[in-house]
Order: sequence, then C-alpha cells, then structure tokens
Amino acid sequence: MGTEVVVIALKLAFGLAVLLTTVPIMVWVERRGSALIQDRLGPNRVGPLGLLQPVVDVIKLVTKENFLPSRAQAPIYLLAPVFAIIIALSTFIAVPIGPDDGLTLFGRPVDGLLVAPHLDIGLLYIFAVASLGVYPLVLAGWASANKFSMHGGIRASAQAISYELAMTLAVVGVLMGAGSLRLDEIVLQQSGTWLGMLPRWNVVVQPLGALIFVVAVFAETNRLPFDLPEAEAELVAGYHTEYSSLSFAAFYMSEYIHMTVAAALATTLFFGGWTLPGIELPFGGWPQALLGMTVFGLKVALFLWFFVWVRWTLPRFRFDQLMALGWKVMLPLAVLNFLWVGVVLGLGLMEEGPW
Amino acid sequence: MVTWVFLAAAAVAVVFACLAVVVRNPILNVLSLVIVFFAMAAIFALLGMDFLAAIQVIVYSGAILVLFLFVVMLLNIPRLGRLGSGRPFQALLGSLLAAFLGGLLLAAAALLPAGLGAVLPGAAAGGTAVPIGRALISSHLFVFEFITLLLAAAIVGAVYLGERELQ
Repeated sequence: MGTEVVVIALKLAFGLAVLLTTVPIMVWVERRGSALIQDRLGPNRVGPLGLLQPVVDVIKLVTKENFLPSRAQAPIYLLAPVFAIIIALSTFIAVPIGPDDGLTLFGRPVDGLLVAPHLDIGLLYIFAVASLGVYPLVLAGWASANKFSMHGGIRASAQAISYELAMTLAVVGVLMGAGSLRLDEIVLQQSGTWLGMLPRWNVVVQPLGALIFVVAVFAETNRLPFDLPEAEAELVAGYHTEYSSLSFAAFYMSEYIHMTVAAALATTLFFGGWTLPGIELPFGGWPQALLGMTVFGLKVALFLWFFVWVRWTLPRFRFDQLMALGWKVMLPLAVLNFLWVGVVLGLGLMEEGPW
Repeated sequence: MVTWVFLAAAAVAVVFACLAVVVRNPILNVLSLVIVFFAMAAIFALLGMDFLAAIQVIVYSGAILVLFLFVVMLLNIPRLGRLGSGRPFQALLGSLLAAFLGGLLLAAAALLPAGLGAVLPGAAAGGTAVPIGRALISSHLFVFEFITLLLAAAIVGAVYLGERELQ
C-alpha cells in the first residue's frame, strides 16, 4: 500500500511538472517565434537569448494587484481561473506518454505512463473533461460584469459547442480503426509500417480526420485564427478583460496547458503516439520507456511549434465565418471521414492499407 | 470507502438539486445543476458504470448545460422575485406529489435484496462501453434506429421553425 501510493504520487508529480514546465518554455517560444516570423528580435534582454523572460513575466504578474471589479459576482469571479487550471491539468492523466510493459519502480509495477492510460473509457474521459473547458471562460465572462467580457464568454460557449461536434466525429474514425476507447491500444494499433516504409499512423489512412481534428482543436483551445472569445481588436481582451495578477496568469497558463494537451492528443490519436515506425528495439524496460517518452515529446514539440506558426501566420476569422466553417464545412467533412473509415474497415483493408 | 464516497456524492447531489430550485439567480441555478450532474456521474462510476458516467458528463454537463448557460446569458434575465408562486393550492398539490414519490422511493429501497453488491451486475472487467455498444446494434437495434429517426424529425422541425422566424 505504502509504495503504491508513492508510485502514484510520483507519476502525478511528474505529469504536473511536465505540464507546468511547458508553459514558460512555450511563452518564450511564442514570443521568440512571433519575432522570427515578423522579422523582429523579440525579448532578448533577460538571460541568454531572452530565456529568462518568462521568469520576469511571472514576477511582474505576481506583484500586481489582484483587482476585484465592484459589481463582479465575487465567488464565481475568483473561482473561474481556478477551474480553468484544474480542468486543463486533468485532461493529461489519460494520455499514454510511453511504453510501460514490465516497468517497475521501487519493486512495484508502474502500471501505466503517465497516470491512467489503461482507462477503459480513456477517449470518453478526455472528451468529458475537455467539454468542461468552456465553463471557466463563460463564467469569467459573466461574473466580470463587463459587456466585453460577457460577449467573450458567450462567444466561447457557442464556439466550443460547434467545434466539439466536428472534433468528436473526426475521432470516431480513430475509434473505429482501433476498436477500443483505450488510448494505449489506439497507440499500439498504429505501430509498425505498411509496405515497409509508410508508418501505420491514422493520419495516413484518414488524413481528412486528422485535418479536422487539428483545426477543431485550434478552436477548442481558443488559439488564433479562432481566438474570437478574446479578440483584442473587438473585445478589449474578451472574457479575461477584468482579470489581473495571478487570476490572469491562471487563464494564460490554462491556455498553454490546453495547447500542450491538444498537441499530445493529436500525436496520440493520429501520429502514432510514442511509437516510431520500422524500428525494433533490442531492449525493453526503462530504456525503452525513456526512448518512447522522448519520441512522444519530440512529436508534441513539433505540434506546439505548429500552433505558434499558425497563430502568427493566419489572420483572425470573423465570428459568422467561424460558425459557418464549423457547421457547414467541418461537420460534413467529418461525416465524410467517418464514412471513409467505414468503407475501409468494411472491405477489410485496414490490415494492408487502403491501396 | 465506497460507502463514504457514495454518501458524499449523494449529499452533494441532493443539496445542489435543492439549490437549483431555490436560488434566485438563473446562472447559479444552471451551475447548481452542473454540480448535480457531476455527483450523478460519480455515483454511476461507483456502480461500475464507467461508460454511463462519462456520457453523463459529456452530454449533460458538457453540452446541454453549456447551451442552457448560453441561453440564460443571452436572455439576460434579471434576478427573480422571492421564492414561492403565490398559489397555495398548487403548492399543496406539489408537496403531496413530492411526498408520494419520496415514499415510493423508500418503499423500492426497502424491497431491494439485502446482499446486493456495490457494483451493478452488468459491470464488466473491460468496461461497459463494449457491451453497451453491442446491445445497441443487436438486441436494441430497432429502438436505436427509431430514436435516430425521432432526432432527425426534431432537427427538421427546429430548422423549419428557425427559417419561418427569419422570413
């Protein structure tokens, strides 16, 4: 019992550490990346290459006054950022970040990297938690007693509901291919190659599904070109207009954590998770697990860079364009992908590939 | 342990169900309902019904209540008046009905066999998603298809109503 609890606590602490470390790194990458794309220098004063800039940002945020607007609904106004962080963090626990067969820690089986990749309803768990992600935004917008905030909150709820449909339908294809809701099985189903060179990743069979998922994830994480809930040009700062200090930092952090989790999910569902195609490892146990985690980390990092790249390349949509895209383009295409996977499976072509 | 978690979840569900009716602020009513659905999901999970728990959160907390919140915010309802409808006869009728339903619930609980475990018999080792999926497309196929037909009809009706309002 004792060591078991220690193992679980260590796994949770590791996951938390990974997610929370990603945030300052991504803030730096975002600022330097935007500078790179816009032919500027970006933050370069604090530390080598401006690497300590996030530290200074945090100090600035911590020392600011945590302001409470006089007509705000105090408890909800204060709790919304807390919920934002909790919800953002809890999605990650079901994502498998490495192979875990036969791994032990202090003589106990590790039973899953990171926390619960063997969850029987893994995919549904992630959708359940992700679907709650909109509450903090809506509540923050409402509790601030500010028209711009309110408008941001309303936009957030409409946008989240619209794009959740396309996202879920796109993932149904993956689910059909793997025949399981367990994320670790979805990863294992994608190991190996077709024709000796093509990785058996879901993106190869269902590129449309992968595309829809990635686009919908941009909308779900409120990243440009879909950051309508906080569109600076229209709504000051949207749902977090009235927030300052650590409350604002909580929203800011949760956005980056959502991004990391979204990248991890895209990797897991469509890009083979921690597997590398065509490589048979001569060793198992911890070396294999570490290698798997490195591969996973690299894939996630590529996705995160893609998020930054898109943000500083594409302009923001108009809200009616966003809605039209979600309902009239993404949803039908997601159904098309669903039918396509059905045909591939029905003809029994999943094993040797659809060619 | 399971009993304590159940009692906690049940208490939360009952308290917030009351708040969902009593509180005089529409947004807080919706939020109380969110918490009620969460407590229900926790109870489903305790019963070994993992699929139902996840679906409960996805459908109710994640979709329907977000829509509720959206509508309540758009309508911008002011704070409601004080509690009570001012109609004593209806209040009496409602209380009687509530008492009857409560008695029915207690009677049903008393009739349950004593040795019933904490986990429902349908809970399988590999989760309940697979058995539920199989049941839906085999023994309950007709009902399943019929419900999809019903939903399609509802969508057509909604589109018709929306169109008419535009013109």
